[in-house]
Amino acid sequence: MTREIALTVNGRERRASAMPRMTLVDFLRDALALTGTHIGCEHGVCGACSILLDGVAVRSCLIFAVQADGHEVTTVEGLAGPGGGIGDLQDAFWECHAMQCGYCTPGMLVAGHALLAENPEPATEDIREAISGNLCRCTGYTQIVEAIALCAAKRRGEDGR
Amino acid sequence: MNGHGANYRYVSRKRRTKEDGRFITGSGRFAADVAVPGMKHVALVASPHPRANILNIDASAALASPGVHAVLTGDALAAETAPLFNGLDIPNVKWFPLAVGMTRYAGEWVAAVVADSRYLAEDAAELVAVEYEALPAAVEIESLLEPDSPLVHPGHGSNVLLRKTFEWGPVEADFAAAEQTLTYRARWGRSSTVPIETFGVVSRWDPVREILDVWASIQMPNYQEQIASALGIPTNWVRVHNDVDVGGSYGVKRGIKHTVIVGHLARKLGMPVRLVEDRLDNMSGGDAHGPDRLFDVTLAFDDDGTIRSMKLRAIDDVGAYPGRGPLQLGKPITALVGPYRLSSVAYEAISVTSNKTGQVPVRGFGQSPTNFMIETGIDLVARRLGIDRIELRRRNLIQSDQFPWRIPTGTEYDSGDYHAVLEKALDLADYDALVARRDAAREAGRLAGIGIATCLEPGGGNNIFEQLLNEKLTVTTFVESCLMRVDMHGHVTAVMSTTTSGQGHETLIATIAGEELERDPDTIRVTHADSLEALPTRSPVASRMAIVLGSATSEAARRIRAKMVRIAAHDLGAAEDLVEYQDGTFFVRGEPARKLSWEEVAAIAHRQFHRLPPGMEPCLQEFSVLQVPGASGQLPNEKKEIQLYPCFSFQAHVPYVEIDPGTGKVELLDYAIGHDCGTVINPDIVRGMIVGGLAHGIGAALYEKFAYDADGQFLAGSFVDYLLPSAHEIPIVRDVEHCTPSPRTSLGQKGSGEGGYLGAPAAVASAVNDALAPLGISLSELPMRLCDIEAAIHAKRTERTG
Repeated sequence: MTREIALTVNGRERRASAMPRMTLVDFLRDALALTGTHIGCEHGVCGACSILLDGVAVRSCLIFAVQADGHEVTTVEGLAGPGGGIGDLQDAFWECHAMQCGYCTPGMLVAGHALLAENPEPATEDIREAISGNLCRCTGYTQIVEAIALCAAKRRGEDGR
Repeated sequence: MNGHGANYRYVSRKRRTKEDGRFITGSGRFAADVAVPGMKHVALVASPHPRANILNIDASAALASPGVHAVLTGDALAAETAPLFNGLDIPNVKWFPLAVGMTRYAGEWVAAVVADSRYLAEDAAELVAVEYEALPAAVEIESLLEPDSPLVHPGHGSNVLLRKTFEWGPVEADFAAAEQTLTYRARWGRSSTVPIETFGVVSRWDPVREILDVWASIQMPNYQEQIASALGIPTNWVRVHNDVDVGGSYGVKRGIKHTVIVGHLARKLGMPVRLVEDRLDNMSGGDAHGPDRLFDVTLAFDDDGTIRSMKLRAIDDVGAYPGRGPLQLGKPITALVGPYRLSSVAYEAISVTSNKTGQVPVRGFGQSPTNFMIETGIDLVARRLGIDRIELRRRNLIQSDQFPWRIPTGTEYDSGDYHAVLEKALDLADYDALVARRDAAREAGRLAGIGIATCLEPGGGNNIFEQLLNEKLTVTTFVESCLMRVDMHGHVTAVMSTTTSGQGHETLIATIAGEELERDPDTIRVTHADSLEALPTRSPVASRMAIVLGSATSEAARRIRAKMVRIAAHDLGAAEDLVEYQDGTFFVRGEPARKLSWEEVAAIAHRQFHRLPPGMEPCLQEFSVLQVPGASGQLPNEKKEIQLYPCFSFQAHVPYVEIDPGTGKVELLDYAIGHDCGTVINPDIVRGMIVGGLAHGIGAALYEKFAYDADGQFLAGSFVDYLLPSAHEIPIVRDVEHCTPSPRTSLGQKGSGEGGYLGAPAAVASAVNDALAPLGISLSELPMRLCDIEAAIHAKRTERTG
């Protein structure tokens, strides 16, 4: 028993069939081969599977694929900058070494992306709040907070570091 | 280039890592991203009972379920595989990937179901009917020593797996001479590293080529060998793909039992098989818990605070399946007296088995609980004597002019300046102002405290302590290797032989190779050879890669460079000792016009045999297989003395906390840390390791506990019950560096992957106890959860008013 669904993923119209019980993260990874979105807990705590659904950061392990029918999804693969190069937030993560194993990184990038879209001048506490639903076991968060602050500063035309 | 404090061009410089580019774009390749055509999926059937006989398993309904290919039981698997490796000499304790006859903890895997998708496999797993006879379980740590404790492994006859006593130095004489003694208890609760990526493995069997391919989220020594031994096939039939990115490990990614399940199934079914743990599989049944330890300690010291000796008993509850876990009682021997000048120490190491999930090596391999035990004692002595905690440490720390310093167990610490690092940390914390802040908070009626802890981070992984716990373990070879090639165009490729799980090994190798060869590290490619092509490795454990792999990289690069100098000298018609190399050019000293470029020498080496020195092998490929530096390579002597790890990093931690007296909630408001890991290869990586390790230590100190109830039922199988610290719980960490290079490594580097985790639990506990001191409360059990602190405050108030 499957259902045909159509959704926009990273700007591209995608059609595929999905069982009603299939989670969105499994759909993205298995049906669309977008393995950049990771699975950490499958109960909505760790944030590794964060994606943007119509521009809002959500956990794709808590949504069924069929619920995304007709909606717009952005994954880490869609966070590239203009011209397809790495985006400025991604670049800031690299500059600050805001990761170690890289497993939580896609979710962190999505959380940071959503924050900066809403608040171009976040205070440190705002950044901590924005990523507090994303667990990282490697970094202790400091360099992630710095990376998001750096990106925000650069977007404002400041040097940042 | 051997000189320390050299003015490096790449080493110690702020440089972007080689790895991060793939992670920020979502193009890392983790085990769960590996898709082999025709791959089938495993779901597991887990025991709901802490201890039970398995009377019958009926898989008929599961086998009839859609898309199901097989149901594997413990009996069927055990009939065709050998038991998994145990570190201790306990022949009657058998560890199989799926329970055989009896289930020994709640969550233990009893059967594995293979189906076309994980969804279908889980459907069928629910249909496997297992008939159990529930039995009382062995749970509480001290009860496990009792002869009437329910037996976890009846064949072993006791729940005590190991009981060894050691005495190094004149313990009784030191105790007799000491003016005072103090006895205390310290309890390290059961937690682990809990990476965000669970363990995953994919295996494919090719019967024609006789190759078992394995893609796994693995970080462990001898993985290929253990797979082969369990499956009963030659080691060179196993090809582990080391280019799989590992989503965090910190010691625990050791899914040997998972691998044996899928390896066996892949061969049996003739289909590629994948097992990726879900979070519950991981936390309840993955055998990835850490130490669970009770210390009973007596310190002997004088009125002036000089600590002379320590008597220590450690009981470690390793759960139902010990594996390598119990050897974590051995590693702390490396730095059993910490950074202090004790002249003797007595150690009783006891390993007990219980009806809980099995234990694996966790970051520091037992050193973090040990450091918590030591630092707890130092604080208690200070309190007893009325001497300031910092002053007491200053009086007992090894002094910078005393290195190399030999501790009673026979290990010589390489180098350090502990007083300088402590002072730097206190300066960074602005200690006097911090004291004023704490006192003002107390004046205002709040509970506030400052933590002080130091810690040693032994690095290098010279694991000969294994032999002290199990005489049959006589391994004295602990190598890492690097193969380096310069191709016909002069491009450099270095080959490493293990997986990487966030430590930045590619950056490490490229940076050191770049420094040695004076080539831009960004142009150097680093690959991960699979286990059939790999050079020898012990894997990235024990804070050893900068030390051993880093030194092997230097050595391979120096051999390449020396060969290129010889080629250039021959071609230029100059004596070898007159030819220099600088910045990509080989030239005759004093005659800069007589020169060859790096690319020209590479081309000669590969393509112009007629221009090579007579008898020289063509091409440019060198490798180093390096024994851990500074090792004696010997087994312990008759006094059980031995040089263990070669390099000793040092840290001093100064956190500041305030505690809500109503709820017991601890807020970490400031954290300063001073650290010394010798020559830093990449500053961003070292900082990340330190802060990240520290965050992990905060979790162990305040939040994380694999709790069991009195009957042995597991209570912490999700992230709602087992609390990992989020960005809210981890404070802004300020760090300051110090550098005393190690004389034992190629560039003076030491380890840095564990120190934060080794120091933070002790430091945070010290801060909590400082905050609770005005109430007359002293806690000695980790984690100090909000409920534990609240209960202690409540009890004290009841005691006062009652």
